[in-house]
Amino acid sequence: MKKVIVIGNGMVGYKFCEKLAAHPLRDQFEVVVFGEEFRPAYDRVHLSEYFSLDSADKLLLASREWYDENHIELRTGEMITSIETETKRVFTHKHDYFEYDYLILATGSAPFVPTIKGVDKLGVFVYRTIEDLDAIQEYAEKLKHEGKFKASVLGGGLLGLEAANAAKELGMQTDVIEFAPRLMPRQLDKAASDMLQRKIESLGMKIHLGKNSQEIIGEEGIEKINFTDDTSLQTDMLIISAGIRPRDELAVKCGLKTGERGGVYVNNKMETSDPAIYAIGEVALYNNGIYGLVAPGYEMAGVAVEHITGGEKLMSPSIDMSTQLKLVGTEVASFGDPFIENDEVTAIVYENKQRGVYKRINIAKDGSKLLGGIMVGDSSDYNTLFQLYINAMKLPENPEDLILGSRGGESKSALGSVLDLPDTAQICSCEAVSKGAICGAITSGSCCSFADVVKSTKASSSCGGCKPMVTDLVKETLKSMGQEVKETICEHFEYSRQEMYDLVKLHSIMDFDEALDRHGKGHGCETCKPVLASIFASIYMETANRQAPIQDSNDRFLANIQRNGTYSVVPRVPGGEITPEKLMVLGQVAKKYDLYTKITGGQRIDLFGAQLHELPMIWKELIDAGFESGHAYGKSLRTVKSCVGSTWCRYGLHDSVSFAIRIEERYKGLRSPHKLKGGVSGCIRECAEARGKDFGVIAVEGGWNLFVCGNGGATPKHAILLAEKLDDETCIKYLDRFLVYYIRTAAPLQRTAPWLEKLEGGIDYLKKVVVEDSLGIGEELEAEMEELVQRYACEWKEAIEDPQMMKRFKPFVNSDETDESLVFVPMRDQKMPRPW
Amino acid sequence: MEELLKNYQSVAEEHAIHWIKVGQTDDFPANAGACVKYNSKQIAVYYFTRTNSWYACQNLCPHKMEMVLSRGMTGDSQGIPKVACPLHKKTFSLEDGSNLNGEEYSIATYPVRIQEGNVYIGFAD
Repeated sequence: MKKVIVIGNGMVGYKFCEKLAAHPLRDQFEVVVFGEEFRPAYDRVHLSEYFSLDSADKLLLASREWYDENHIELRTGEMITSIETETKRVFTHKHDYFEYDYLILATGSAPFVPTIKGVDKLGVFVYRTIEDLDAIQEYAEKLKHEGKFKASVLGGGLLGLEAANAAKELGMQTDVIEFAPRLMPRQLDKAASDMLQRKIESLGMKIHLGKNSQEIIGEEGIEKINFTDDTSLQTDMLIISAGIRPRDELAVKCGLKTGERGGVYVNNKMETSDPAIYAIGEVALYNNGIYGLVAPGYEMAGVAVEHITGGEKLMSPSIDMSTQLKLVGTEVASFGDPFIENDEVTAIVYENKQRGVYKRINIAKDGSKLLGGIMVGDSSDYNTLFQLYINAMKLPENPEDLILGSRGGESKSALGSVLDLPDTAQICSCEAVSKGAICGAITSGSCCSFADVVKSTKASSSCGGCKPMVTDLVKETLKSMGQEVKETICEHFEYSRQEMYDLVKLHSIMDFDEALDRHGKGHGCETCKPVLASIFASIYMETANRQAPIQDSNDRFLANIQRNGTYSVVPRVPGGEITPEKLMVLGQVAKKYDLYTKITGGQRIDLFGAQLHELPMIWKELIDAGFESGHAYGKSLRTVKSCVGSTWCRYGLHDSVSFAIRIEERYKGLRSPHKLKGGVSGCIRECAEARGKDFGVIAVEGGWNLFVCGNGGATPKHAILLAEKLDDETCIKYLDRFLVYYIRTAAPLQRTAPWLEKLEGGIDYLKKVVVEDSLGIGEELEAEMEELVQRYACEWKEAIEDPQMMKRFKPFVNSDETDESLVFVPMRDQKMPRPW
Repeated sequence: MEELLKNYQSVAEEHAIHWIKVGQTDDFPANAGACVKYNSKQIAVYYFTRTNSWYACQNLCPHKMEMVLSRGMTGDSQGIPKVACPLHKKTFSLEDGSNLNGEEYSIATYPVRIQEGNVYIGFAD
């Protein structure tokens, strides 16, 4: 049994354990891991999400039980203070010692703190560990209590911007200070950096470039920073994120070869100058470089495991530093050589300042291959471009199509099919999973879904950037095996609802028969008819009267069928506000037609027990009194529930009733894949239960918070925050976009919550589409909604004014009799149907 | 309840004795149902435009014994014309009244004839 000691339980140290634990020769090794932090290894890549998580445990890469189950002794909170190479022993800060056969240095790096006078003042932080984040959060809270809101971040690189976002999330007014003349100088060129800067500044952050910090001033805590150009910046706290330095102190002390600027020298087997000692991750100096990315660290961990188990695998000769991430809400990516400029290279650049998108690709002059590139504002092409680059694949005839998209003709990925990639193509660079491994997992029969593949290959389990490509591979591979999983509407239409929506729109199909002729077969059925009816309604805002026969039965009769075949009638009461006069009309109508009355959950009044032939008479009276259809029978907007709000309530912040009425009036009659409910609350006490609705608006200081995709019912879901502190107009704008986007893309009878669950990228993606308008369709969605709003008509009013439509409500074609078979029984001073 | 059901027995075209005029073709909606009355019977009538076919069946849904089938949606399942009950979407073949959801109960169907724009339904009683 060989003894392996791992110093460092960070992401790479953990990866070493994971790979060794999975190795066939695992049993020949005894593994002890030392971590100086108190937590087991956690995901530092997603550190900035810490503030939005309810528990730090969610960032853990593996629980303590995992180490137990794999017989790895994990000693956290224990620091190694020295290594004795002759006797192969390490000493802990408790003066204990442990012997090793193989020692793995995975000590990582520490934040680089420049020597600035006053850097030790209170309120100056680094950004690396969960403890750092806790300290930052605590200090920020304290500042906010004192009415201080100013934070600054020293460092405009990748980590600096992450830190800046974290500070912003804490509610601090955040500035970024960068020494270089541009942001992310290692990944972006000037134009890309400018674009990123504009994006970040539009979110209220200030960027100070070309600033060399000279001194930190402050009585006790930091108050301002002086720069060498005699300018200064007032700030209440400072987070330093100006680069990393390898934690090589143990190596230096025991005489291992280290680099001039730090880092433990390793060869392509990850061996240090002492063959019993390996170094991996950010502490390792490989090819004269330190690599602050997860992917090369993981590869190093794999190589080290290979060598101590007798394998031969060598580290790649060149390290790919391509990266794709989201910084302060902006997509940023860079791959290959992003800057290369010489006679052999042509750079193609696309810049759209309106949308805040910048793309650059560097291609060989002869057009043969892609050498590198940069993307800001939209990195959706990253995976394709990266594969073209890393596999040195042939480029399309017009390489500009790669970033502009094919203009004209069918749009098609530059890659063709993902299956065209070579088997060796690395799809997930974090976990080093090739296309062959992903497809093989499916063709071997061991996996049959995206989730299976992630579990079995680990692809997409780290940063998740390759998720779209893995999804495509899974789909395409299944398809090639004849296992296409297609969600078609029914046997009559071999299309999904979204596809049918697009077809109807594209070909201006006007009715069900035409749809059936062009894209379907048979007569249709009770599944596809209402789906098409809903699509026609959403596109043309036609009421349920225009194509009555394809409406679901309730829509056809504009009422809700109840147990005994009678109907209930629900007039619209926008926002639940009703005058005594109208309330009396409802009472009189109910009394006249002997209807059972009940208050609904949506703040309206339901009148039950109306016979088919009575519906038009009842509605005539209601309409004369100023009522409209409440669409309670439709897959459409039902109600926007409200609390009484600031007009009466002593706690209310804004006038929730007026806003609820405005929203309900705007979206009334809107047909959708399923019913839609809304709510508006006048303060965070949330009396309107708006978060239990498809969209909920809650008043806060400074505006409305907009929540989406909640529901009550069988699987209750709280709506999720989409945007904060909106004024009325912006809130309506986002609602317009959200609703039309949902209507366009949801499956039949899929409510907003399950729709969001299925939406690739989830709420973050939805925010991008709705708030940031990442697809550039914001105005289109708004215009579509505006048109639907303009075309609204009360369908009951239409029906009672048209004798032809009225025929629908005649019980018998060949008789004026009414249905005398109905039986009611009394209940609590009212009536109910005879029980079944 | 059983009494109600007994009132409806399928009639094959060749066994129809009385052909009752129930209206003109224009009185009936296209690709949907409407109800007619014959003595104590309520009969649902459907017109399928794509095949220019007429069907008739009991208006009574045998699932919960409610007079509702004429208000159900029509369509086909693997080419078999059908109606779906508006209460619980139970579906029945309009050709032979069989239950297309695999449950035991079925419905009675009646023959339909169109003559000079008039709709006739055939009964055996």
